[in-house]
Amino acid sequence: MSYLKKSPWLIHYDGSSCNGCDIEVLACLTPLYDVERFGIVNTGNPKHADIFLVTGGVNTQNLPVVKQIYEQMPEPKVVIAVGACACTGGVFHDCYNMLGGMDKAIPVDVYVPGCAARPEAIIDGVVKGLTVLEEKQKALAVSVSAGKKEEEIELAPQAVMNERQEGSGCSSR
Amino acid sequence: MGKSTVIPFGPQHPVLPEPIHLDLELQDEKVVRASTSIGYVHRGLEKLVEKRGFQEYVYVAERVCGICSFGHGWGYSKAVEGLMGIEVPKRAEYLRTIWHELSRLHSHLLWVGLGADGMGFESLFMHAWRLREIILDIFESTTGGRVIFSACKVGGVRRDIADSELKEIVARLDKLKKEIDAMIYIILGDETIHARLRRVGVVTLEDAIALGCVGPTARASGLPLDYRCGDEGGAYKDLGFRPITETEGDCFARCKVRLRELLQSIDIIKGCVENMPAGDIAVPVKGFPPAAEHFTRVEQPRGEALYYVKGNKTKNLERFRLRTPTNVNIPVLVKMLQGCDLADVPNIILTIDPCISCCER
Ligand code: SF4
Repeated sequence: MSYLKKSPWLIHYDGSSCNGCDIEVLACLTPLYDVERFGIVNTGNPKHADIFLVTGGVNTQNLPVVKQIYEQMPEPKVVIAVGACACTGGVFHDCYNMLGGMDKAIPVDVYVPGCAARPEAIIDGVVKGLTVLEEKQKALAVSVSAGKKEEEIELAPQAVMNERQEGSGCSSR
Repeated sequence: MGKSTVIPFGPQHPVLPEPIHLDLELQDEKVVRASTSIGYVHRGLEKLVEKRGFQEYVYVAERVCGICSFGHGWGYSKAVEGLMGIEVPKRAEYLRTIWHELSRLHSHLLWVGLGADGMGFESLFMHAWRLREIILDIFESTTGGRVIFSACKVGGVRRDIADSELKEIVARLDKLKKEIDAMIYIILGDETIHARLRRVGVVTLEDAIALGCVGPTARASGLPLDYRCGDEGGAYKDLGFRPITETEGDCFARCKVRLRELLQSIDIIKGCVENMPAGDIAVPVKGFPPAAEHFTRVEQPRGEALYYVKGNKTKNLERFRLRTPTNVNIPVLVKMLQGCDLADVPNIILTIDPCISCCER
């Protein structure tokens, strides 16, 4: 990865973390580490985000929330689990209310260790996530430009969507 | 009046770093009823005392909350020390006070940033967090950790701070103080901030007492509730501590209380450094906690936290209970939200400085 074609936007959600990792994620955005100089912006809207930074493990109550945010994000997307909690459950792994690390809920691409994960490690994780993002982007693009058959498959969802919109106006649900 | 609409707020929301869910019932732009639901961060930490040894549990207690991490470690250690009748050396108490007040500085600066971000004052957010890094640097040079640093243990502290280093800390804080002064000047003089915070979310003294507010939320309504002035350990008693209060009880008063506490914390740390006693930093801990119970309090950045422990003559405690400030401040939050404008909701939530991970443990 030599340069970025696109500024990656990220969304942050606190699963059931202790805050330690959250404030380190925020510290990445503020003047000392300042990832905004690489064009990385923290957005509150999952529909704008390419990268999902998630801290803390999953429990029964936040499981649907995490899944929902993940599903709302457009493809290609990368999930980065920040901190020991998000990777495996960390110190809380044997608490009665913990289901475990984030990979119990959604597919995780990059794991950032540490308790609390240091901002340098988080930035490293995001950079690694960008490579994964690029790969995923390529994988999506290949199927469009390759053989005709694949093109049809790739276009299928679009066609379906158009049909639906034509069929039932904009209130299709 | 038209019919009311219910707007869900959270758990994932741009102004909230942590998940809390509110259902806001609106009539036009006014909130008529707010109900909270929590539980997104619940882990079940208290029960973990049954699985971890009583000395080992300090690490878990520190992870109740990453912002006031040191305070929770201290509160737990203090409760166990009280239970086992351990006398902590004076120097350890002073060192604990220094780290605790540094935590308060970093917590309040963090809050200034989040509060500013909630109002849309992005440059102030960045500025406050830049200042906060100075505190984190001090943590890192004295303990090795940035936010969670495990300096406290049952019976004392894990690391000493050399006297030369203490002097350096004071020099750094002096520099920080100048910057904080400048920041306070901006906040108190900014018309937009006045317009957003004044007479918004008012808590009267009666309400504060009736609903059991703690911390800066209570002190902003004129209730001088601060356990640093009690006989609760640390160096506060030697240094002569007076709580800071304001009387208006609105969002702006809560903001002012925290800003003044920033300066007060710097003074406390300086006082500790000047009067730092020599001696040991920890005493050895022998045996297991007796079959008895004990409770103690610590004044966290967000208010009073209460720690209860019960032993049973084994390596593990039988029960640990923690009552955290945010938990206690939620009733008053609900009260404040009734009748406010929708646009003020983020400000009101942020000025009680909610820490959901403490709240739910
Ligand atoms: S990994 Fe450690 S610091 Fe991070 S959220 Fe979990 S307990 Fe807190």
